Amino acid sequence: MKISEQWLRTWVNPSISTEEMVEQLTMAGLEVDGTEPAAGEFTDVVVARVESVEKHPDADKLSVCQVADGNETLQIVCGASNVRAGLSVALARVGAVLPGNFKIKPAKLRGVASAGMLCSAKELGLAEQSDGIMELPADAPVGTNLRDYLELDDTIIEIDLTPNRGDCLSVAGIARELGTLNQCDVTEEVHDPYKQSIKDTFEVSIEAPEACSQYAGRVFRGVDVTAPTPVWMVERLRRSGIRSLGAVVDITNYVMIEHGQPMHAFDLDQLDGRINVRYANQSEKITLLDGKSIDLDEKTLVIADNSRPLALAGIMGGENSGVNDQTRSIFLESAYFAQEAIAGKARGYGLHTDSSHRFERGVDPQLQAHAIHRATELILEICGGEVGPVTEVTTQAHPQDRRPIDLRHERISRVLGIQLEPDEIIDILTRLGMEVKSFKDHWMVKPPSFRFDIEIEADLLEELVRIHGYNNIPRTQPHYHAAMREMSESRQPLTQLRKSLVDRGYFEAITYSFVDPSWQAALDPGKEAVKLANPLSSEMSVMRTSIWPGLLQAVRYNLNRQQNRVRLFETGQVFLQGEVGLQQVDRIAGAISGLVKDEQWAENSREVDFYDLKADVESLLGTGAEIEYRAQAHPALHPGQSAAVLKNGEAIGWLGALHPHAMSELDLGNTVYIFELDLDAVRQLHLPAFRPLSKFPEVRRDLAILINEDVSAKSIEDCIRDSTSKILQEVRVFDIYTGKGVDKGLKSVAFGLILQDFSRTLTDQDIDSEIESVVDALKQNFAATLRE
Amino acid sequence: MDLQALTAKARSDIEAADNLDALDQIRVSYLGKKGELTSLLKTLGTLPAEERKSAGQDINRAKQEVQQALEARKESLKAAALQAKLASERIDVTLPGRGQSTGGLHPVTRTMQRIEELFSQLGFAVEQGPEIEDDYHNFEALNIPAHHPARAMHDTFYFDAQTLLRTHTSPVQVRHMETDKPPLRIIAPGRVYRCDSDLTHTPMFHQVEGLLVDREVSFSDLMGTLADFLKHFFEDDDLQTRFRPSYFPFTEPSSEVDIQCVMCGGEGCRVCGHTGWLEILGCGMVHPNVFKAVGIDNEEYTGYAFGMGVERLAMLRYGVNDLRLFFENDLKFLQQFA
Repeated sequence: MKISEQWLRTWVNPSISTEEMVEQLTMAGLEVDGTEPAAGEFTDVVVARVESVEKHPDADKLSVCQVADGNETLQIVCGASNVRAGLSVALARVGAVLPGNFKIKPAKLRGVASAGMLCSAKELGLAEQSDGIMELPADAPVGTNLRDYLELDDTIIEIDLTPNRGDCLSVAGIARELGTLNQCDVTEEVHDPYKQSIKDTFEVSIEAPEACSQYAGRVFRGVDVTAPTPVWMVERLRRSGIRSLGAVVDITNYVMIEHGQPMHAFDLDQLDGRINVRYANQSEKITLLDGKSIDLDEKTLVIADNSRPLALAGIMGGENSGVNDQTRSIFLESAYFAQEAIAGKARGYGLHTDSSHRFERGVDPQLQAHAIHRATELILEICGGEVGPVTEVTTQAHPQDRRPIDLRHERISRVLGIQLEPDEIIDILTRLGMEVKSFKDHWMVKPPSFRFDIEIEADLLEELVRIHGYNNIPRTQPHYHAAMREMSESRQPLTQLRKSLVDRGYFEAITYSFVDPSWQAALDPGKEAVKLANPLSSEMSVMRTSIWPGLLQAVRYNLNRQQNRVRLFETGQVFLQGEVGLQQVDRIAGAISGLVKDEQWAENSREVDFYDLKADVESLLGTGAEIEYRAQAHPALHPGQSAAVLKNGEAIGWLGALHPHAMSELDLGNTVYIFELDLDAVRQLHLPAFRPLSKFPEVRRDLAILINEDVSAKSIEDCIRDSTSKILQEVRVFDIYTGKGVDKGLKSVAFGLILQDFSRTLTDQDIDSEIESVVDALKQNFAATLRE
Repeated sequence: MDLQALTAKARSDIEAADNLDALDQIRVSYLGKKGELTSLLKTLGTLPAEERKSAGQDINRAKQEVQQALEARKESLKAAALQAKLASERIDVTLPGRGQSTGGLHPVTRTMQRIEELFSQLGFAVEQGPEIEDDYHNFEALNIPAHHPARAMHDTFYFDAQTLLRTHTSPVQVRHMETDKPPLRIIAPGRVYRCDSDLTHTPMFHQVEGLLVDREVSFSDLMGTLADFLKHFFEDDDLQTRFRPSYFPFTEPSSEVDIQCVMCGGEGCRVCGHTGWLEILGCGMVHPNVFKAVGIDNEEYTGYAFGMGVERLAMLRYGVNDLRLFFENDLKFLQQFA
C-alpha cells in the first residue's frame, strides 16, 4: 500500500524524521518496501493562465500562447493539443530547472520566441505518463509556486503489509500503529454527522446473513457528479496510486484509503425496487465496471436488485448500475462482508481489486456507519445535493463485542524468553487499544474491533514482543538434554556416495523434476508419468520417472558447448505411478560421454566405453553384497550394451550405452553411457564379518581356453566355481582375444585360478586334479578347448 | 726401475683411468699376483739381510700409496657415473600429472551440506519428505486453510485439487511431528516448487527447514541459534543480524531475519537495494494451531521453526549473480565449485 507521509501526519505527527518513521514501521512488522518523493525535483514552476492561443505561422502542431504568470504576460510556444485560452497551467519560466536537471532557457521555436514551457505531469515527475499539459483547476491562484499549491514536498511510503494486518490498509490504521509506537495521540477530524435533509430511503434486504452481516446505505438526490474533484483529494489519491475518475468514485476511494472501508455508489435511478444481498444463481451473468463479462455461480455473493445482479459483493461493481455523467441520484453502500465470503472469490474470477484485497484480509465490523458519514460530508461539500437517512441492516451473524483473551504472565517468559513487568505489559496492550483487566498472574484482554487478527493468547504474545521491540530481546541458546542419535553403519551416507563419484571425475548436476514428455517417453517408454495440471510450459509438464531425461539434457547442453569430456551425476526423487499408487523413490544416476581423461601429454586419450561406466557403478556398489550385471534389453539402451543391475538377486537399476534411436531423438551427437540405480539399495551396506586367514601359501594356475564367443565371462566363472572344491579362492580374467589365430565364432579367454587351503599346503596332485575338473566342466558345458 | 719412479708411474696411470674397468686393470698390473709392486717384494730375498728390512718397508709404503690412490679414483669415478646417470634422467617437473581429474559437487548441494553440518553440531537430524504433497500437509496443517490470502503468495503447481508439488519444506515439519514424539530437532533440506519463472525466480529451488520442539524453547533461543548459525555460515564473527516482525500462518511470533549486506558491508548497494540489509530467512515459534493439528500439547512443549532458501545463501556466499545458472548445469559453472 502506498501512502502519503503528509496525509499520515495530519492524523499523527510524532517528532521523527521520514527515515526514522520508515525504520519504525519496518521494525514493527509493517515492512516498508521503499519511499519516493511525491514529485520530481524542480524549481520555479508556477500556476499560470493561458490568455490567448494562436497557431504558429510555420508549424502545424505548435501554438503560440500568451500566458499570465501573475507578474507579466509571457509568450510561450507549446506543442500540446489540449492548450486553450482560459486554461490554468503549470508554467516553467526561464531559469526553472525541471527533473533530470533540465534547465529552461529563452528559446526560438521555428523562428518564434518562447519564454518558458508549459509542463505535463510527466515532465514534473508527477506521473509515469501524461497526455498533453497539466490542466489545473480554474480557481488555481495564478503566480503561486506549483510545489506550494499542490503541497508536493511530500514522501510516498510504500508498505508491504502481511496478510494478517488488514487493519493497517488505511491511513487511520498506519496512524494508529505510529501512535502506539511513539506513544502519541492520533487525531481524526470529527464532524457532526450530516442530518438528513430529505426522507428518501431505499429498501435493503439481506438473504445471505452470514456472508453480509451489516449493510449501511444512504440515498442522495440532486448530486452534481460532474463537479471537479478538489486538487488536494486528487493529489492524495495519486500518492496512494489511485487515478481520479470523477468526484463520487474519488470520494468512495478516498474514504477507503482514509479508513479502510471499501464503498460503492449506485446510480439510484438504475435500481429496481430494492437492494438484495444474496448468492448468485448458476445461470446469471454480470458485466463488470471494467467491461468484463462473467458467469456467476451459486457460491458467489452479489448485490442485486429485484431484477438482476448489480455488483460482485466486495469485489467490483457492475457496468450498468454505477455512477455516470448523467447520474443525479445516488445510493451509497458501506457494507461488511465476512472474510470467508470474499476470500478466493476475486482470484477465482481473475480479479484483484482494492476492495477485495481489504475484505479478504478483514475490515473493521464497526466501521460501516462511520464511513458513510465521512463520505456524506465529502459528497455534500463537493457535489452538493440532498441526503436521506442512513439505512442500516445488521444480521445476527455480525461480529459482536470481542471475547476477552486470557494472557498468563508465565507464558510470556516461557514462549518469548523475556521478562516483562506487569506495568509494561498493561502499557503496551492499552496503547494498542485493548481493554485490560488485571488478575493475579494473568490478565483478561479485549482487543478493539479493528484487530480481528487477535484471537488467542499467542496473538497477544506476538503483539507484546513486537511493540517491546525484537531488538530488545536477548539472544540465547536453547537448553536441552544431550542425547545421541542412532547411526546405522550399514547405511551409507549420501554424502559419501556423492564424494565417491566426485573422486572419479563426476560433476554433480541438479535438473528440474518436471521434464519434457517427449524426452520422458524416449528414455523411459511405457512408464506413466504424473502430469502437472498447470505446468509453466509443455517442456516442463510431466514429473520424471527417471533422472535420465534431465541429466541427458544437461549432457547435451555441455556437448553443444565444445566440451569433449562430460561426466555428470544427479541424485533425487523420481515419481512412479503404479498399482500401489504414487511412489516417490530416490535414485542416483550418471552419464559419461567423450574422452576418458582430459586431454593430456602423457597418454593417448580415447573415448569412454561401457567398462569405464561399469567401473564407476562397481565403485558405488562396493563389496560385500552379491552384485550381478545381467545382459538384458532396455528400450532406451543399446541392446548389445546394456545390463540390469541386481543386488542380492533384486533388480536395482540399469547401465548401458544410450540406444542410437534415443540418441537421434534427443539430438545427441556423441555416444553417452548412462546408469541409474535405486538409491536406497545402493546405500544399503553389509557390516563387515571377519573370516580367518589361511596360514598356507596360495597357488596360481593360468589357463587359456577357446570358447564360443557368446558365452559370458559370468557363465565361465560360474561353471568354474561349480566344478571346483572350496580350495578355489578367486578367478581372474586377464585376457580376452579374438582375431588372427582364433577361429571365427570363438574367443580366447585367459584366466588365473587362485587356489589355497586352510589346513595344509596344496600338493601338485591337488592342483592338477582341480584344473582337470575345471577343464572337463568347461568342455562339457561349452565345448571349450584348452588353447595350446 | 726404482721404486719411486714405479710409484709415480702408477699414480699417473690411475689418474688417467676413465672408468672402473680400466682402473681395475691398473690395480691388477701393479698390485695383482703378478703385478709390478708385488714382483718387487719377491726380489727382497736377493738383497743383503741388513737392507732387506728397510727395502721391504719402502715397498709396502709404495703399495699402500698406490692402494689409496686406487680407492680415491674409484670413488670419484663412481660419483661421476651417478652424476651422469642422474643428469640423463632429468624430466620436466612442470608438466601436469598423469591420470584422472576429480569432479565436484553442485554449489546448492555444497551449501546444503554446510548447513546440515552446522546444525548437526547442535544435534539436529536430517529428515526428508515427499515432493508431491497433499494439500493437508502443505497448507491445512500449517494453519493455511483454503482461500487464506497467504496461499496467493505460494504459486502452487497442482496435479488435482488435493495434490500438489510442495511449495516449501515446512510439510516435513508436520510429517515429522505426526510420527515422532518430542523432544524433536530436525532440519529438512530439499527441493520445493513455485509456478513462477523470471530473472529472480526458478520454478524449482531448494529450502532447508528447521524445527526444534522441547520443554524449554523460547523466541530468544530462536534468535540466538539463527544469529549464531549465520555468523558461522558466513565465517564472520562480526556479522550483524536483524530480526524483524513478520507473518507466517504457521508460526507466532514470526520474524524475518536480515543480515548486514555481505556485498557492501551495510553501506548500501544494488544487491541489498541500498538498504544495507539482506533478507535471508523466515522463522518463528510454532503456532498453537500447528501443534494442535499434529497432537502435541503446546502447554507442555514449545518449539521454533525456520526456513531458508539455499540458492540465495549460495549466491551470497559465492557471489553468484544469476539464479538461473544453478539449473543450466554448465560444466564451466560447476567446475568453479570443485
